Amino acid sequence: MALSGNLRDFTITQLLNLINLANKTGTLVVEGPSQTAKVAFRDGKLAYAQIDQEDSSLASVLHKAKKLSSGQYKSIQQDAAHISDKELGLLLINAGYLSKEDILTNLQQHFTDIIQRLFTWVEGFFHFDNDSLPPDDRISVRLDLENLIIDGSRQMREWEQLQDEIPSLDMALKFTDRPGANLRNVNLSVEEWRVVSYINPRNTIRQIARATKRNDLEIRRIVYGLLQAGLVETTRREGASTSAPTVRVFPTEDKEKQKSLVNRLIDRIRSL
Amino acid sequence: MQTVKMVVTGPFSAGKTEFIRSVSEIDVVSTERKISSASEKSVKEATTVAMDFGRITVDEDLVLYLFGTPGQRRFDFMWEILSEGMLGFIVMVDSTRPETFREARSILETFHAYAPTPYVVSANKQDMKEAWDIEDMRHVLRLDSKVKLVSCVATDRDSVKAILLELLYSILSEMENGEK
Repeated sequence: MALSGNLRDFTITQLLNLINLANKTGTLVVEGPSQTAKVAFRDGKLAYAQIDQEDSSLASVLHKAKKLSSGQYKSIQQDAAHISDKELGLLLINAGYLSKEDILTNLQQHFTDIIQRLFTWVEGFFHFDNDSLPPDDRISVRLDLENLIIDGSRQMREWEQLQDEIPSLDMALKFTDRPGANLRNVNLSVEEWRVVSYINPRNTIRQIARATKRNDLEIRRIVYGLLQAGLVETTRREGASTSAPTVRVFPTEDKEKQKSLVNRLIDRIRSL
Repeated sequence: MQTVKMVVTGPFSAGKTEFIRSVSEIDVVSTERKISSASEKSVKEATTVAMDFGRITVDEDLVLYLFGTPGQRRFDFMWEILSEGMLGFIVMVDSTRPETFREARSILETFHAYAPTPYVVSANKQDMKEAWDIEDMRHVLRLDSKVKLVSCVATDRDSVKAILLELLYSILSEMENGEK
């Protein structure tokens, strides 16, 4: 039977575990909400990974790792766009500019980073194409999956914990009016500031995630940090529908009768 | 006959059943089952799987029902059903088991999302020497100073009465503020 399904039912960590145990060869295609990732394996080992719409050429990987300067990267793009990754790698090794280990280490790091990002994908579909491997002109690696699986398990536990802490993304956030809470004294990352800029009782956490292009795990992580620091608190979204529940709270619509009812309850409890 | 209801919620073994039992005029209709999990069994032998149900007759026209929610998360599908039409709710927290505080906070938020009714947080088992200090609990539970966090001993009727009264005062005060 084809290996395919939904990330809600089968996490990336579980998939890696399966691929590792079954020594699978092929490509795992994961379609997330906004991107698609392709991760190739050979005999249960990571061989290659890329996210569509992202430049995963060797030149780009080495540039991001600061092994190539911006000028060098630009000139490779302009003058050597037609040469394959394998050819570029050989040129760099033969020129004595980089060693084979340098190239493989940086590619491994790049592929590992992609897998780490995949761990944050909790929505999406996957399928495994048996025996499909990356194009011949790309350099593949041979990386054991055990360490990645352990990392993924840690993230899974974190995800479960964050779900417990922030069970609903339909709540809004507001700044605490606690004295002493001061955003200016807190060191926030760019991503956190971006989230902070949307904090308003009118915006749900889900809307903030959409506006800041954060997935469920990432937005929960940021919001959890802000909650723990005591800078924000959850609140019902302003303007949210407060339609009466199907069962009425009070047996009467009359406000005075409602108050009288509560007072009768108070008297009764006092007399117990 | 008019009926109103309040919900008593909180983590596993927080004292919800005892709370209702202390004030209910009927024997609490409790759907308890023996616990299968070893870790939970070390805390108590039986737990509520669907709901507890207590009653206080106010007068010939009015009855207050108290519903206790199941404490184990795997029965949380019952929560939304039980929260329908509630006048307010009480979140019971076992002051001696800090490992349950995070879950208590999560339950509070879930219930508040179901219905924006007034609530009181009840710091139960305050008579025990391992009980956390109320203000420390407030910090860990991330409760605003406006949220009522009240000391409680669920087996003591007066203590339970005080919690119910605090909730009723909050309900009354919200009604009066809503009119302004």
